[in-house]
Amino acid sequence: MKPANAVKGRKQMNGNTLLLIITIVLFVILYAGGCIVYGSKGFTNLQTFLNILISNAGLICVACGMTCVMLTGGIDISVGSLVALDCMLLAYGMGKWHMSAPVMCLIVLAVGLIFGLVQGFCVGYLEIQPFIVSMAGMFFARGMTAVISTDQLSITQDTNAAFYSWANWRLNLPFGGVLNRKGVLIMPYIRVGVIISLLVLIVIFLVLRYTKFGRSLYAVGGSEQSAAMMGLNVKKTKMKAYILSSFLCSIGGICYCLNTQAASVSQATGLEMSAIASAVIGGTLLTGGVGNVIGTLFGVLINGTIASIVQFNGKLASSWPNILTAALLCFFIVLQSVFAFLKEKKK
Amino acid sequence: MENNVVLTMRGISMTFPGVKALDNVDFTLRKGEIHALMGENGAGKSTLIKCLTGINDFEAGEIRVDGVEGTVKNHSTQDAQSVGISTVYQEVNLCPNLSVAENLYIGREPMTAFHTIDRKTMMKKADELVKRLDIKVDVTQNLENYSLAIQQMIAIARASDMDCKVLILDEPTSSLDDGEVEKLFKVMNQLKEEGVGIIFVTHFLEQVYAVCDRITVLRNGTLVGEYPIADLPRVKLVAAMMGKDFDDLASIKPEGFEAQKDTPMEIEARGLSHKGTIKPFDLDIRKGEVIGLTGLLGSGRSELARSIYGADRAQTGTLKVAGKEAKISQPLDAMNLGMGLLPDDRKAEGIIGDLSVRENIILAMQAKRGMFRQLSRAKQEEIADEYIRLLQIKTATRETPIKQLSGGNQQKAILARWLATDPDFLILDEPTRGIDIGTKTEIQKLIIQLSQQGKSIMFISSEIEEMLRTCNRMAVLRDGAKVGELEGELTQERVMAAIAGGADNEK
Repeated sequence: MKPANAVKGRKQMNGNTLLLIITIVLFVILYAGGCIVYGSKGFTNLQTFLNILISNAGLICVACGMTCVMLTGGIDISVGSLVALDCMLLAYGMGKWHMSAPVMCLIVLAVGLIFGLVQGFCVGYLEIQPFIVSMAGMFFARGMTAVISTDQLSITQDTNAAFYSWANWRLNLPFGGVLNRKGVLIMPYIRVGVIISLLVLIVIFLVLRYTKFGRSLYAVGGSEQSAAMMGLNVKKTKMKAYILSSFLCSIGGICYCLNTQAASVSQATGLEMSAIASAVIGGTLLTGGVGNVIGTLFGVLINGTIASIVQFNGKLASSWPNILTAALLCFFIVLQSVFAFLKEKKK
Repeated sequence: MENNVVLTMRGISMTFPGVKALDNVDFTLRKGEIHALMGENGAGKSTLIKCLTGINDFEAGEIRVDGVEGTVKNHSTQDAQSVGISTVYQEVNLCPNLSVAENLYIGREPMTAFHTIDRKTMMKKADELVKRLDIKVDVTQNLENYSLAIQQMIAIARASDMDCKVLILDEPTSSLDDGEVEKLFKVMNQLKEEGVGIIFVTHFLEQVYAVCDRITVLRNGTLVGEYPIADLPRVKLVAAMMGKDFDDLASIKPEGFEAQKDTPMEIEARGLSHKGTIKPFDLDIRKGEVIGLTGLLGSGRSELARSIYGADRAQTGTLKVAGKEAKISQPLDAMNLGMGLLPDDRKAEGIIGDLSVRENIILAMQAKRGMFRQLSRAKQEEIADEYIRLLQIKTATRETPIKQLSGGNQQKAILARWLATDPDFLILDEPTRGIDIGTKTEIQKLIIQLSQQGKSIMFISSEIEEMLRTCNRMAVLRDGAKVGELEGELTQERVMAAIAGGADNEK
């Protein structure tokens, strides 16, 4: 009995890890493909990879929050609009109100917390559909962005020197340098957003794995009724998930703004969908209970690699990343169904 | 409190609106015993359990738990848990996507100094716990990788680990197969040896005799008695649950008629089964025969009928209807083959309350004809009027919403629905439940009339007397399997002995 069970168990646990491995392998293949085809244009440079991180730092934070919400079986489609609102607050606050950069960042984070508190209360305690709640949040945040300003704002040296210097700060890595055409050694670099987003990733990874709250997210997503029967506070857990999502979204908004140094009403449109796509490609189930942020990171990286390849090609239409993402999503969703089916069949 | 008693319930009474659910019920649980709580539907088993676990508030009586000063009155399952009463339900209330260890300890995980979960200690403790109960699992694996039986055992392990004195198992074996039940019993016996008192609610007789030390029988909210297992053979248990004094049973002469041996077969079922509800069975039904299905509640009577009718799609076996191989995957297939089913839960599955009597009567007929061959209104009215007259359905008009009719008349209208389709084979699941005695007799007469017209009828009823009056033959079910058939002179003793089955019957 024991060996039979043990073998059965090990095989099936591989089902979930296998999905993660497939995601990672797919990323490696995509990236290697890019290196082979566009190696001569500099795709092999470490900086190409780091640029993916730099331009997706905000998305990584947002997608981490999204993963937490999706683990409970919920969804938060307000994050794209909230990022736009964050950027607008930062740009307008520093440009027009002449607030200091740290104060504006704190305000943005506070806005995220309050935003998440309201959404989480509606979902957790009023038991309204997460899709509806966050759709209302989406319209509200986008609307508030327009209320603040409909202009295209940018953050320059003159707007706020401190923020500008953060945005342009580079951390040169001590390895992986390449010689440019003039024969000067250029070291690869990352920006502050990358550090923030990777820190967020590590913290969320640890929270999901080692804290009561993290495990409660999984339990609620696995079976709400069971979680309640086992004495967990389901409503509170759900509310916390949405607070966390909006808070991480605000951190993501700051990273996003550091990267773009601009704000406009139409900014970050569809970012919520990229975040959901990244989480799904990374193995998070929409039904909840399964997934982790490592998968989500690779989901983001796959999206970023596709965008990079299209960019290096230069001739492909900008709609190609969308089409490829759609294909990947289909692939992964079918894969998940197949695994679920096999698992069911084995029983 | 006696030395070895862990739980006493004395004089528990409680009323639901209009019903006395429990009337002065006593229950005593001793240390290290497995105590079966038995009774037919509505006997008050669940209500008693709910009073104990704090889901229901009882009105009178007192509960005492060993080691707790004074009387105990729980208001939630958490309350119950704090005095050492844990419950495991039929449906597993665990999270399949978490590891076994987490399912055992979630909400009360061992923590490190940094307020994080100490996974190592948790795994170690979980491993010790399952080893102690001899459950062979790898605690690091996700729960979903294990069978339902193992999951049920994990639920028990979790319940028993919370300083548990009283463990209530509420129908834990309903969805398990025999091998799995065996494993579950091992765990139960292990806990029993550790001194836990176990209340085992089940309707499987065999399981009671396999594992229990004592039986308390309830009937209609009152206590019938508490018996050591050895003093209550199966037949007596069945008699106690059904409220018949076995020795006093006068055999009722069947008023039915002899089974026809020469008419052609209407239904020939071979090895039909539906996982989790009915084990493979063979059944032949001749034209013009009334076959009764008998057995205790939950023995698989309705389930057998549903698997023939396609309401629960049969997963194995073959079915011949009127000599021809038939493939029935949904009720419509069965209807097209000339079958009709009158479900036992007419509120949920039978009547459509807001539709008129006429519309309810022509429903099945219309479904059989298909969407595009609408019956003309005149024809509908003609059919409705005919059956209202024939079955003497008491309704103001044929257009009266059916929910305004009495239960008996609703039942007749549904019967009319199936008669209108002119079925060759009619399944009647508890057609007389909850209706007055006069209507009952009429329905019984109607059944005999129909069979004389050459229709085959499957009749399911909890009342043995009425089955004796109407059936030619009876199939006996026990614990989800067909265990035999009774032919010839049917008497109440024979039927009851067959229902009880087991060792007593074979002697």
